[in-house]
Amino acid sequence: MVKLNARNLNIWFGQIHALKSVNIEVEANEILSVIGPSNSGKTSFLRMLNRLNDLYPGFKMSGSLEFDQEDIRKIDIEVLRKKVGMVFALPLPLPLSIFENVAYGVRMHGENNRGRISGIVERSLKQAYLWDEVKDRLDVSAFKLSGGQQQRLCIARTLAVEPEVILFDEPCSGLDPISTAKVEEAMLKLKKDYTIVLVTNNVKQAARVGDRTAFFLSGELIELDKTEKMFTAPSDQRTDGYIRGKFG
Amino acid sequence: MRNTQRSQKIAFFFLFLATLLIVVPVGLIVVIIIQKGLPAINWQFLADIPRQGMRAGGIFPAIIGTIYLVLGAIIFALPIGLLAAIYLSEYAKDNILNRIIKLAIVNLSGVPSVVYGLFGLALFVVFLKFGASILSGSLTLGIMILPIIITTSREALESVPHSFREVSLSLGASKWQTIRHIVLPNAVPGILTGTILGLGRAAGETAPILFTVAAFYLPQLPKSIFDQAMALPYHLYVISTQVPNVDEKIRYGTALVLLSLVLFMNLVAIIIRYNFRKKKKW
Repeated sequence: MVKLNARNLNIWFGQIHALKSVNIEVEANEILSVIGPSNSGKTSFLRMLNRLNDLYPGFKMSGSLEFDQEDIRKIDIEVLRKKVGMVFALPLPLPLSIFENVAYGVRMHGENNRGRISGIVERSLKQAYLWDEVKDRLDVSAFKLSGGQQQRLCIARTLAVEPEVILFDEPCSGLDPISTAKVEEAMLKLKKDYTIVLVTNNVKQAARVGDRTAFFLSGELIELDKTEKMFTAPSDQRTDGYIRGKFG
Repeated sequence: MRNTQRSQKIAFFFLFLATLLIVVPVGLIVVIIIQKGLPAINWQFLADIPRQGMRAGGIFPAIIGTIYLVLGAIIFALPIGLLAAIYLSEYAKDNILNRIIKLAIVNLSGVPSVVYGLFGLALFVVFLKFGASILSGSLTLGIMILPIIITTSREALESVPHSFREVSLSLGASKWQTIRHIVLPNAVPGILTGTILGLGRAAGETAPILFTVAAFYLPQLPKSIFDQAMALPYHLYVISTQVPNVDEKIRYGTALVLLSLVLFMNLVAIIIRYNFRKKKKW
């Protein structure tokens, strides 16, 4: 089933043409890795999917982008963002306690029952493999956690609103290898229930977790294929060059 | 080599001297006022009405009047200022109307205080027929401190990291929920600081209350917001220039009370800011 479908998608920020005629289908329950050098448009593409790009002045788009066969511009923006969650590049806890960070989105969607909220918080923290490390100090400020824990907290916070798609924007760029491994493990397990789009600067990470991989360069989608194919026999020379570390 | 060292020393000397010159007048004002005013301070001075043509007795009505005026100004200016600041920092797009609004705020803060007094007289006292009253005076002071409150509140709102807003929005919270639950709580200390600075300014100004509320002498305390009131800055002006033979002690005592009130408010603002910086988590 196609979850997200971009057809001839172009976007601009003022004069800058950030995405050029991009066509991508994201299948349900797959991990799509998106790789490419800085300014290749990969993060712009990701932020298209939950319409965070709308926040920038001078943003324009053309072409179509569908979520479950529905134009994303026609979906109520809060509903879309609830269904398409996002984990940012740096761990960005809100200035609240661990518990309240996870409960935040749930509360914003109108849930007031303390018992139900506690249940959701526990379930989400377990899904993000953080529960055992924080269950005794849920009232502590989220900033007291280590970077890797904070990032898993952010994953739990995203999971708490029960999205269908999770966007990861270079989620491990600030993390050490062990924390990275934990986040990747979480992603692989989440794939069963969620559709994941992972933007990463780490080519090896794309190879480890992605079912399919997309390669962006200067706002264009150069190649999109099964990850094994992409990393063994890429059809475009530029993809080959980037994967081998010749530029980027 | 020696030359650069010498010029460095000379530069340091002048920089230090200039800084010292700032401290000296502040220190002198405080020292002189405390030295001359402190002997006047006692319970009767703070709690009694003025007697013998303001040459004896206390300044209680003026203290009360100033407190009423400051509270009235803040009740009026804080909600309007805060809402305007939220609009300007969170919603306003960069267009001509909003640029005019921002320009108006900057200009409002540059208007001399006596002009506010005249404006208050024309609008509140005469046109709206509030008369010389606490209401007129509070509204005039409120308009005067609006720019302070708007500017500091806006800075406080804008200093909340943009990433927090993105996180909140990305979880499906609406823009208003984001402002209400993330931006505002983290801007409260900055807003409070600005409010208290505005309070201090309102407490100390003479010109805006001159035509709108201040009474030369009142034998009783104001009973409603439509009554005139005495106020510390105007009382100080009166006993210093209008009434002959007032004991120096009483004049400086009044000045000391006014100064303490304003400095106390500034101190509270500083403490709030300090505590917040210490607790700041990002």
